Amino acid sequence: MFKGGEKKFTLNDSGSPHVGQHGFLKYPTRLNFYDDAPLFDISIEEFETAAIDRLRILAEIESSAARNRTWEELKTVTNAQCVKYLPLNSNTAKNNDIESERRKDHLGHFILRLAFCRSEDLRRRFIKAETTLFKVRYEGDVFSEREQFLSSRDFNWVPVTKAEKQEHWNELLSSYYGSKIEAERKKAFESEKYYKVKWTRVPDLVEKRRVFLAGGWAFVPGREQSSIIYHEFEVHIEKALEMTARMLPRLDEDTRLMPILDNLSQGFLAGISSEWSNPAGENPDELKAEMIDDLSKKHFPMCMKTLHDNLMRDNHLKHFGRLQYGLFLKVLGLPIEEAIVFWRKSFSRMTDDKFNKEHKYNIRHSYGLEGKRANYPAKSCLQILTPGPSDHGCPYRHYSAENLQSALLSTYSQSGLTSADLPEIMAQVKAGHFHVACTRVFEITHSFRGVKKGEGIGGGESVTHPNQYAARSMELDKPQVEGDAMVIEA
Amino acid sequence: MLTFYRRLYPFKAIFNWLNHEHAPSKLFNQREFAFTLAGDVYLRYQSFNSHDDLKKQVCQLNPTRFEIGPVYSSKPRDKKTARAGGFHPIMRELVFDIDMTDYDPIRTCCSGAGICKRCWAFISAAVHVLDTAIREQFGYEQLLWVYSGRRGIHLWISDKEAMELTDQQRKALVGWLTVIQGGGKESKKLSIRSGMRSLPPSLQSILEHLAVVFSELILADQNCFGDKEGGETLLQLIPDAGVVVALRKLWSDDPSRHSEDRWQDFKAQIRSCDKGSQQRLNLTAAMEDIIIQYTYPRLDAEVSKHRNHLLKAPFCVHPKTGRICVPVNPKTIDDFDPETVPTVGQLLRELDETQVTTEGEQGEGRPAVADWSRTSLKSYVEMLDNHAKEIMGEFRKEKRAAADESW
Ligand code: SF4
Ligand SMILES: [Zn+2]
Repeated sequence: MFKGGEKKFTLNDSGSPHVGQHGFLKYPTRLNFYDDAPLFDISIEEFETAAIDRLRILAEIESSAARNRTWEELKTVTNAQCVKYLPLNSNTAKNNDIESERRKDHLGHFILRLAFCRSEDLRRRFIKAETTLFKVRYEGDVFSEREQFLSSRDFNWVPVTKAEKQEHWNELLSSYYGSKIEAERKKAFESEKYYKVKWTRVPDLVEKRRVFLAGGWAFVPGREQSSIIYHEFEVHIEKALEMTARMLPRLDEDTRLMPILDNLSQGFLAGISSEWSNPAGENPDELKAEMIDDLSKKHFPMCMKTLHDNLMRDNHLKHFGRLQYGLFLKVLGLPIEEAIVFWRKSFSRMTDDKFNKEHKYNIRHSYGLEGKRANYPAKSCLQILTPGPSDHGCPYRHYSAENLQSALLSTYSQSGLTSADLPEIMAQVKAGHFHVACTRVFEITHSFRGVKKGEGIGGGESVTHPNQYAARSMELDKPQVEGDAMVIEA
Repeated sequence: MLTFYRRLYPFKAIFNWLNHEHAPSKLFNQREFAFTLAGDVYLRYQSFNSHDDLKKQVCQLNPTRFEIGPVYSSKPRDKKTARAGGFHPIMRELVFDIDMTDYDPIRTCCSGAGICKRCWAFISAAVHVLDTAIREQFGYEQLLWVYSGRRGIHLWISDKEAMELTDQQRKALVGWLTVIQGGGKESKKLSIRSGMRSLPPSLQSILEHLAVVFSELILADQNCFGDKEGGETLLQLIPDAGVVVALRKLWSDDPSRHSEDRWQDFKAQIRSCDKGSQQRLNLTAAMEDIIIQYTYPRLDAEVSKHRNHLLKAPFCVHPKTGRICVPVNPKTIDDFDPETVPTVGQLLRELDETQVTTEGEQGEGRPAVADWSRTSLKSYVEMLDNHAKEIMGEFRKEKRAAADESW
């Protein structure tokens, strides 16, 4: 049981969902500003499903931005995802269980608030994705139901009187966007209903000079209402998240919840997306940006794993690190479009503008698509081992003995490496046989695939290239069709 | 310098202006101050509980200047102990910076760091436009204009709503006000009329005023198009090959033709087109654009967009000129002459001179009047005092209204 977050929000170990006694109209409309926390008991299972299903959709929305999808494309993809995971039908859809759909929507939103309120970065991304989801739904809403929703809240806009419209006729007309044909534009303008709102509520319209401003009031044409609603929604969620963040410490007591919440936010960071979990229809061999995080855990050698982890932690890598890791991913088989998506997401704190200006070119360049169009190879162990201008070397060589041991344990203990293995590895390191140490780690961590000591990355070969390490590891992961051990070219 | 801080700098007025009420509130004690010390040492995240505290520290460090930043969610000097996510800007005056540098491509009287009464006209034109726009369009009233000490001017807006604007809203406001992208004169840098033929209403309403400035400042005084190169610059802004050819031919025998005449030539070309024709509409639009490009305020957008931008405090001393960053009345900005602004040396001399007389009259003891009031700093400090009083009055009113509501 926990009480926290906002108001009452209780959770049962087991037992079926228990709908509150709020009568039939608990959710009168599809659209929801999520003012009140859910007040019903739920099972852990329901808790998880509601959260994960919503997370899929939000992750897809994030992906869409990174993939540069148009608004229409985004809408199509998001709607399709929603039908699958989080259907939300309008009041006219008689044969659907509207109530429980809306309840799941309500619940999922609040659980994710808990998971995403904990850092500024997470909050920002959550707000952006949620607002986009709201927009998609708003645009797709049945007219009458939207009206019902709008009148159910006080959006604090003041209708502009006829006299006022008359007074500012010319100014309003000249900032009125509409048909290219002047006569049509005028006609539409004449019948347009205007509202006054404080300008601070429509910053995007102000920035583009699409409204008329007087004394701090923006005169907004009726059809721009949506813009006000979206902003209102965004601000509303932002405030709520900050509030939740302040309440969250009280939740720490519930030991069953924190791991779930942690997993949820990590899933979002790594970009779990439905495309990744159901690669149906896609070329299964094709690497996707969303897969990298998982691959790094299972298949990357220490040098690349370290770069990956640093990138995830800092949302940044220094120049040589980017170059080294970028080329590694290229040779791994990550297509250029996916590479752009991957880096775009990883540099999550960077503006689109900066990314496009400074990094897109470099990524394309490393794929030989810009500049002298050379096919740059990824760096080999030898190159990485040689001390260069970077601090992105081979951990076996460049880490202190102590750091290396703890790094090895924390990275590979899940794959079967124990502290009993350390003396042997460290002896090789001391003797200066760094890649031998790396090869030994490969053997140990792949022993569950039947790799034996001395077998190396196949036929007794030792690691000479990080891509060779990763390729072999991924190969071993595949269901073996032929009996023979495969030999991988470096 | 130390004497200046000890005896002349109006800490109390600065406090009132920043704090909005007498009792120190978070508006002051969670406010970041940053000091620039000799040898380019830069000390950030300082904060103080009172104006005496601030004064003590300033006198101790004797900075070459200091800057004022935002109000944070906790005291900046306790930044390190604030829990993660517990330290971020929450409020800040809306600020603007207009600097002569952005006018370098078009002014002809001076260049580089130089500034004279003539090129100050660019700044005062900008002040007029911005002051009016902020008051009329955004409805803000608590505006303080401050001379930057050399070649620019700052604006600080203290209205409650302005203080609370988010970065996103600040960016939007700047977007609304920004017309000129970059500052070159080579080609058109305007971003107006997007998707529309006519000017946005906010510009239409000031065009008349700008046209006057244009003919007085750009044509008559600065004579911006008065040589061969200037003439070419003007031609590049005209989107009509026929007219360009005609004007170039007309001007080729008279390379030093005055800007006013050239402008008349251009207008004559426009008049020769058929009324209501597309050509004439295009040329008229181009003419309006040129006027705006040359006279509309050129803002340093970055300063205004972010709450955590630091801006030099009023009444600091400009390190190069020694002039004090004094408040300026926008109503009389046209008469403002940067060269008559007191320098720190001059003030200290005045202080010494009056010292002798007052001591002669009063003998020992603290003088009854503040030291600054015996120097030419007086009128400027009073200006800030009055401004602060207005803000404080407004603040009391709001507080009372809020109290009424909660009953
Ligand atoms: S030996 Fe090669 S593959 Fe292994 S960590 Fe070092 S550089 Fe990377
Ligand atoms: Zn000059």
